[in-house]
Amino acid sequence: MSAKMTLGQTAEIPGPKKAFLIPKPDVAAAMIKRAKRALLVVGSEASNIGTKDGDLVGYATRLSKIRNVTVAATGHLIGEFRKRKAEGIHTTPLMNLGDRLRDPEWGGLDGAGPYDLVLFAGFPYYLEWLVLSGLKNFAPKLRTISLDRVYQPNANWSFGSMAEEEWKEVLDKMITILEEGD
Amino acid sequence: MSKRDLRLKINELSSALGTFKGLEIQVGRIFEEDWEEPLGPTPFPSVGTLRSWDLKLLNRYKPFYMPFCDLCCLCTFGKCDLTGDKRGACGITMAGQQSRIVLLAACIGASTHAAHARHMLNHLIEEYGRDAPLEVALNTNVEAPHIRLVCGFRPKTLRDLEDALDYVETQLVQLVAATHTGQEGDNLDFESKVFHAGMLDHVAMEVADIEQIATLGLPKGEPDTPLADLGFGSIDTSKPVIMCIGHNVLPSVDIIDYLMDHDLFGEVEVGGLCCTAHDMSRYDKRAKVIGPISWQLRFIRSGIPDLIVVDEQCLRTDVMIEAKKIGVPVIATSEKSCLGLPDRTGDDPDKIVEDLVEGRVPGVLILDPRKVGEVSVKTVMAVAPRRAGFKTLTREAVSEMAKKCRSCMECVRACPNNLPIMEAVQAAAQGDFEPLAALYDLCVGCARCESACPVDFPIITFINKAAEKEILNEKYLMRVGRGAIQDVEIREVGRAIVFGEIPGVVALVGCANYPAGGADVARIAEEFLKRRFIVLVSGCSAMNIAMTRDEDGLNLYEKYPGIFDAGGLVNVGSCVSNAHITGATIKIANIFAKRPLRANYEEIADYVYNRVGAVGVAWGAMSQKAASIAAGCWRLGIPVVVGPHGAKYRRMLLGRKEREEDWMVYDARSGEKVYVGPAPEHLFYAAETVEEALVMIAKLAMRPNDTSKGRAVKLSHYIDLYQKYYGGMPDDLHLYVRREADVPFTMRDQIMKALEEAGWVEGKIASPDPTLVDRLVRRRL
Repeated sequence: MSAKMTLGQTAEIPGPKKAFLIPKPDVAAAMIKRAKRALLVVGSEASNIGTKDGDLVGYATRLSKIRNVTVAATGHLIGEFRKRKAEGIHTTPLMNLGDRLRDPEWGGLDGAGPYDLVLFAGFPYYLEWLVLSGLKNFAPKLRTISLDRVYQPNANWSFGSMAEEEWKEVLDKMITILEEGD
Repeated sequence: MSKRDLRLKINELSSALGTFKGLEIQVGRIFEEDWEEPLGPTPFPSVGTLRSWDLKLLNRYKPFYMPFCDLCCLCTFGKCDLTGDKRGACGITMAGQQSRIVLLAACIGASTHAAHARHMLNHLIEEYGRDAPLEVALNTNVEAPHIRLVCGFRPKTLRDLEDALDYVETQLVQLVAATHTGQEGDNLDFESKVFHAGMLDHVAMEVADIEQIATLGLPKGEPDTPLADLGFGSIDTSKPVIMCIGHNVLPSVDIIDYLMDHDLFGEVEVGGLCCTAHDMSRYDKRAKVIGPISWQLRFIRSGIPDLIVVDEQCLRTDVMIEAKKIGVPVIATSEKSCLGLPDRTGDDPDKIVEDLVEGRVPGVLILDPRKVGEVSVKTVMAVAPRRAGFKTLTREAVSEMAKKCRSCMECVRACPNNLPIMEAVQAAAQGDFEPLAALYDLCVGCARCESACPVDFPIITFINKAAEKEILNEKYLMRVGRGAIQDVEIREVGRAIVFGEIPGVVALVGCANYPAGGADVARIAEEFLKRRFIVLVSGCSAMNIAMTRDEDGLNLYEKYPGIFDAGGLVNVGSCVSNAHITGATIKIANIFAKRPLRANYEEIADYVYNRVGAVGVAWGAMSQKAASIAAGCWRLGIPVVVGPHGAKYRRMLLGRKEREEDWMVYDARSGEKVYVGPAPEHLFYAAETVEEALVMIAKLAMRPNDTSKGRAVKLSHYIDLYQKYYGGMPDDLHLYVRREADVPFTMRDQIMKALEEAGWVEGKIASPDPTLVDRLVRRRL
C-alpha cells in the first residue's frame, strides 16, 4: 500500500459549496450531541465495512442507543439488524428517505417530528454523493454529516479521506464519546 | 388526418359555376379512411397537448432532484452557480436546470432511435419500395399500437412510416428548442416535455422495429423462435471472425447475405455485440451473439476478431485505437460515426479490400451496406491468415508488468463500482490470478481504470488473461428476439393481467452498467418467472440473463417458454423492440378492454396506469436511450425501477404513500373521488440493492383495479419477498389491503395482526372503476 491514499471516485467533482472537514471525532460527537433529533442512515454496504469491534451494523446498533439518535437502514440491510436481534431500527428505501428529508413538514420515521441532523454511512460512494447533493440543494435547513472514510463534498460536514485503520479509530472514539456522555 | 393537411368540407356552395353539395377538398398527404374507429382527441399531439395528463402524474410523483453538477455552463453568461436557491443569469433554478438536463438526455435518446429508424427506412424504401407492406406479427391486426395511439393512423406500408417519423422529428426539434437559454423555466413543464420525448421515442422505436421485421424477414411474434449461440466460446476461432458492433443491422445483413450468396457462411464467423447482435440473430440464427455492451472491449482485446464493423450507438469511440492494438482493420458504416475515416463508398470494392489488407489505411467509411458486405467478407478472409498466431499477453508477462504497480489506487477510484483492482493486480504480481479473474463477472468493461493508471496497465487485458478459462467456456443459448406480442396472446391473458390474477408483467430492459455483474438480472428474472409473472427482456439484459446456468447446466431460456403468459420469458429483441413491450400494454387496453385506440393517448395511458400491473426494470441503465425509453413508460403510467447507477439520471419520480390526498381517483361509475391507496407507489425509482429491487418490483405491480383475488396474489408475492430479504412484515400493508378478501389466505393471521396494529379499517380504501381523467367519468351520481 502507498503512503499516499486518495479515496473517493475520481470524477465526482464537487460544486462551489463543499463540506467542511470534521477535524476530529470530538467535533462530530459534539454536533450529534447538540442535535434535537439526529438520524443515522446506514446503507447496504454496512455489513461489509469492518470497524474496530465488528462492522458498521454493530456500530449503528450502538448509536441507536444514544438518546437523540434514530437509526434507519436502507436497501435490505434491516434484515441484517433483525438477524442480530437489534431493536428500534427503522427501515426505509434511500430514495424515499431523501425525498422526505427535503420536506420540512415531514414527521420523521416515527412520526415524532422532523430531524435536524442526518448522518450517512455505509453506501456506495456515488449513491451517497447524489442523495447528499439532493439534500444540499433542496433541504437548506437540514444539516448533514458523512461518517464514511471518504470525503463526501455534498454533506455539510464530512470526515476527510483516511486510511482504514485511522477511520476505525476515529469512528470508535466518536461513538465512545457519545456513549459516555449519554 | 395529418395536421399538415388542409381539409375543407362544405355542405353547400353556390357559385358562378353552379351549386355544389357535399364538396370536400383535401390538400397534402391523405390517409386511408377505411378505419372505422373514429379519430380520437389527440392525433399527432404537439408539445403541450398532453400536458394536463402529465401534470396529473407529476403532481402525484414529484421529482426528487439529485444534481450531478451544481453549475450551468450552457451559455456565455455562465458558468452559473445554481446551488440551493441561487438562480442563473437567465433566471433558471436548480430544479429547472436539472429537469432541463433530463429533457436533453431524453431528446438525445429519442433522436437516436428516430435517426436509426430514418436511416433504415430510407434504405429499405430504396430496396423494397414505398409500397412494401407492413406485415409485422402473426395473428395480429394492431400492427403498430404506438403509431395508432399517438398519430391516429394505421400504417400499412413503408410510406406510412415516413409520416410517423416526420411527426417525431418535428416534435423533437420543438423539444430541443425548449432547452435553449431563456425558454422553458418551470421544472414540471420541462418534465412534461420529458414525457413527450419518451412518447415520441416509443413511436420511433416502433417504426424502427416493424420496418425491419416487415422487410428483412425477422420473426413475426412467434413465441418459439430458435435458440442462437451466445458468448466468446461460441465463436470458432479457427475461422476468420467478423465482429459487428452497434444497433443498426443493415450492414450486418449484407455481410450475412454476401456470405450466403457466395456459399461462405461455413467459412467465416460473424459475431455481433450489443443490439446489432440481437437483430443479426433475428435475421439468421447462425450469426453469433458475442455479448452485451460490456463485452466490447474485452472481446477486441482477446484478439479474436479479424475485422471490426461498426454501425451506430453504444460504440466505443476509441475503437480505432483498440483495433490497432490487435492489428485489425475497421469498417465504419454510419454517417453518425465516421471515426475520422476516409469515405470510400464510391470506390471499387477490391481496391478498398487491398488497402485494408495491406494496412495502407487503418479503416474505411462505407455508407452502402451492400458494399460493406462484400468488402467485409473479402477483407476478413485475407486478413485472418495474416493474423494467425496473434497472441495476447501471457500470464508471465502480466505478472511481470504488475510488479510495477505504484499502489496509487487510481484504478479503484476510477472504477464505477470501486472494484478492488489494485489488490488484484498486486496479487497477479505474486502469481495469484484468482483475484483478477474474480473481477471478470463484475467489471462493466469501461476501462476507466486503464485511463487512470499512471503506468498504463492494460487492466482489461489482465482480467481477460486471468479469466481465460472461464471466457473460453462462455457458450450459452439465447432465444432469438421475437418482436411483437400477437393480438391473440393479448386476448388470452388480458383479463388475468387486468384483474391481477397474473401478478404482473416485468420487463427487464436496458444496458449493462450493473453494480455487481449481470447475474443479478438473471436473478430478478428467475424470481418473477417462478412466481408466474410474465417476464419480458430486451437488449443487453436479454443477453445477460442467458449467462447464468443452474446446477443442471440450463439457463432461463432453456427452462421457460417464450410465450406471453404467466411464467413466460419473452425476448422481444433489441432496444427498438422495447416498443413492443409498451405496445403490449396499449393492446391490452384496446383489444381486451376495447378502449378506443386511435389518437386517444390520455384514455389509454389512464387505463394502463390504473389497471395493467406492468413494471419496467433497467438494472444496468446507462444511456440516454434508456432515459427516453423510461420516459415513454412514465407517460403511459408504467413505473420503472433502475439500479443504483440509475440515480445518476439525477432525478426520481416518487410518490408519498402516506399522503392520502395524493391517491384519489375518480370512480368512473359515479364521478365520486375516492382513495385507492398508493398503487403504484413510484414512477421512477433507483434501488440500492437487488433485494430492494425485488421487493419494490412486486409492490409496484399493484394497481387500483386489482380484484380481491388479484390483490391477494400480488400481496402474497410482495410479503413473501419482503420476509425473505427484510426479515419481517412490511410496514405499509394497511395501505394495500382494501378489504379482508384481499388478504392472502396462507398468511391471514400474520397479516390481520399487522393490520390491526396499524389501525387498519376495512373499506377505507376503495375499489372503484378508477380513472384520473374527469371526462372519462361515465355517470355522475
